[in-house]
Amino acid sequence: MNTQVVYQALEVMWKGMLSIFLVIIVLTVLVYIMNKITREKDN
Amino acid sequence: MNFLLEGILAITPSQIVMYLIGILLIYLAIKKDLEPVLLLPMGFGCILVNLPLSGVLNQTLSGIGETSGIIQWMFEVGIEASEAMPLLLFIGIGAMIDFGPLLCNPKMFLFGAAAQFGIFAAVLVAALLGFDLKDAASIGIIGAADGPTSILVSQVLGSNYVGAIAVVAYSYMALVPIIQPLVIKALTTKKERRITMKYKPANVSKKARIIFPIMVTFVAGLVAPMSVSLVGFLMFGNLLRECGVLDKLSDTAQNVLSNLVSLLLGITISFSMRAESFVNTQTLLILLIGLAAFIFDTAAGVLFAKLMNLFSKEKVNPMIGAAGISAFPMSARVVQKLALKEDPGNIIIMQATAANVSGQIASVVAGGVILNVVSGLLG
Repeated sequence: MNTQVVYQALEVMWKGMLSIFLVIIVLTVLVYIMNKITREKDN
Repeated sequence: MNFLLEGILAITPSQIVMYLIGILLIYLAIKKDLEPVLLLPMGFGCILVNLPLSGVLNQTLSGIGETSGIIQWMFEVGIEASEAMPLLLFIGIGAMIDFGPLLCNPKMFLFGAAAQFGIFAAVLVAALLGFDLKDAASIGIIGAADGPTSILVSQVLGSNYVGAIAVVAYSYMALVPIIQPLVIKALTTKKERRITMKYKPANVSKKARIIFPIMVTFVAGLVAPMSVSLVGFLMFGNLLRECGVLDKLSDTAQNVLSNLVSLLLGITISFSMRAESFVNTQTLLILLIGLAAFIFDTAAGVLFAKLMNLFSKEKVNPMIGAAGISAFPMSARVVQKLALKEDPGNIIIMQATAANVSGQIASVVAGGVILNVVSGLLG
């Protein structure tokens, strides 16, 4: 086992999960906003 | 008469193992109906590339020189040089997906993100077992539960185990109905599995459906630029579906294109199943790490849902979290089946589908993120 690779894997883990959650949270907020705007216009 | 025996005498024990693996894949595809679209071509291709002096691979013939083999050529052009095949498949997948249930209920997005945890847990396990970072990241992406993403990421990272990763990814995707219920039941109580959820169908405007794929491409592309090819092609397919003026193209992407690419992708990826690179202990380890990835994915989704329940008034059935993996629509169906088993009146298929399509987006984003982060660390 290479300790350096394990540390790098941990870095991949935290950076990866952070990036995915960031993208998903931004998309969630944008979809809420988009739904609100498009529904209001439709009404 | 020696020329007639040349092929038979050249067979190695490893090649015999590969014939058995090929036959097993064909058996699983036909008899057990496990991902037959991919496993059958892969199984047959596995036999083709492992026949001694096989004409589907480049060979050097005495007196003639170099000859080209069709499977090797398709691999070099369609996967190695451009990753075109898995990417083209994403156009078809994008055209097949209806994001409506997710747009109605954006909260479900979060489960797609949580259920990608298995990817990163598997990267760590692979690193602990001695794989280098490129291979560990490539093996981890099996947890995306998304065959084309696994092939693309492992190929871009230059992994030595592309074939094993593809076989394991598709095999476990087919085994989702067996793996997920075991993990879900281990982590939830009967009472939790009986939680009902109100589905509030809301009309999603056509404008929203058209804006959505463009918006996803921008957001994912700006945070993880390497995901642009994956997300972009997936969302391009979805835009074809939703724009309303390209029905014929959408239909072609959903049927002709995806069938044609699937057919060729399976037999092409078998190039990486040559005995010399496949029959080793690492393949067995990849099989185990892949299983761990699917278990971690499911567990993370379920536990995330339980965590959300601590803070929200409207309780979420924690099984919905398990549907956050990318295996679409299988995972949503598995969750619905379990819900009905606990309570015959509990319909949660729309919420599960929403989480499942979110998983589809999150898994391709994860693929891009892995490429970005790993290239940054190795650079």
